[in-house]
Amino acid sequence: MAKITYHTHDNKTHTIDVQKGLTVMEGAIQNDIPGIDADCGGGMACATCHVYVKEEWLNKLPEKEDGEEDMLDMAFEPKNNSRLSCQLIVSDELDGLEVNIPSKQG
Amino acid sequence: MNKTDVLIIGAGPTGLFCAHQLGIIGLSCEIVDNLDKAGGQCIELYPDKPIYDIPAVPECTGEELTNNLLKQIKPFNVKFHLNERVEQLKKNQNRWHVKTSGELEFDVAAIVIAGGVGSFEPRKFPVKECKKFEGNSLFYSIKDKSIFKDKIISIFGGGDSALDWAIELSNTSKVNLIHRRDGFSGAESSVQKVKELCDQGKLNLYTKYQMDSVMGDKKIELVKIKHDGGEIKEFKSDYVLGFFGLIMQLGPILDWGLNIDKKTVQVNTENFETNIQGIFAIGDICSYPGKLKLILSGFHEGALAARGCFKYAKPDEKLRFEFTTTSKAAQERLGIKK
Repeated sequence: MAKITYHTHDNKTHTIDVQKGLTVMEGAIQNDIPGIDADCGGGMACATCHVYVKEEWLNKLPEKEDGEEDMLDMAFEPKNNSRLSCQLIVSDELDGLEVNIPSKQG
Repeated sequence: MNKTDVLIIGAGPTGLFCAHQLGIIGLSCEIVDNLDKAGGQCIELYPDKPIYDIPAVPECTGEELTNNLLKQIKPFNVKFHLNERVEQLKKNQNRWHVKTSGELEFDVAAIVIAGGVGSFEPRKFPVKECKKFEGNSLFYSIKDKSIFKDKIISIFGGGDSALDWAIELSNTSKVNLIHRRDGFSGAESSVQKVKELCDQGKLNLYTKYQMDSVMGDKKIELVKIKHDGGEIKEFKSDYVLGFFGLIMQLGPILDWGLNIDKKTVQVNTENFETNIQGIFAIGDICSYPGKLKLILSGFHEGALAARGCFKYAKPDEKLRFEFTTTSKAAQERLGIKK
């Protein structure tokens, strides 16, 4: 398990123990955290699991794969700290990760 | 008025195979889809990406899968109504009266919703004022390019649509192309062409910028863009175009009185009927304990829903279970001559 903190747009904070191997997206979906749609189910094909990663975590995350940046072009209000949460696989290294969920996914 | 046994909403793989199953048991159907072509997510999201988990098909792309399904339902001459979104369902005695966005009307015995995650709609600008100008000086698709002649056009996006239109419109208009980063997702040849046009002064390219705001009285007059670093630029613009791909929206389905949970429609697993008699839901849009969002599950659900439709379409007949290998009736419907 790793602790992942989701800050939702309604100013609530949800800290969840997410099983290693799941994605940050799955952690949100399985725990009913609002604001992550994940329409394509984790296929990096829809940009509706978009999150903003807390700055200090940016460099600790696995690099973006080909295609993630292309999909982020489609996301709602992308910023420099934008990631697709379906591409972030939970591991010991990610224990303590904090992400902000945008006001909308599209 | 189009009269048929079953209306299928959604021309993705699940809807197409359901049409096949309806055809095999002797029911007629027509298909409505909001996209301009059949295939649903397979065509819109991953036409070239290989799929590895279709039973007995070790590998195929979304496009190949769609083409094979279309071939498989060819004998049934299924009528497609593309670029149409189903808006309204009304019960009319034992049948359903259906209306679409393009004012098409259907009289059907049953409805199968195979709508995936909803209908594909263009993604819009996050900036609020954009809504006010939508359809008059701000567009997410182009129907008539002649209105842009000799005007100033600001195009946002970095995919093929943004690049292709920037190149095309630069012939007759003054074009600003704005994109949030240096990289583009569109074809490399188009990116090169855009850069050439920019070097020749035929197009202005602004990268690492996003829309900040739009201003104008009745129509857009001014566009402000903001750099990653915070700097703001503004320029005159007659039209704004946004190309950010498509997003899926459940849309009118929410208003039909169906039991909906997290953007999916609850069904029973006996025949995939919803809480409303005569309305079935299959594929990604349906939910039940153990639901897997796989194409193969959609095929299974479609086969059962088709049989569930039978009693509504032919209330006085009994459906007998038959195999296509041995059923004369099924083979006749498939147009097989022996």
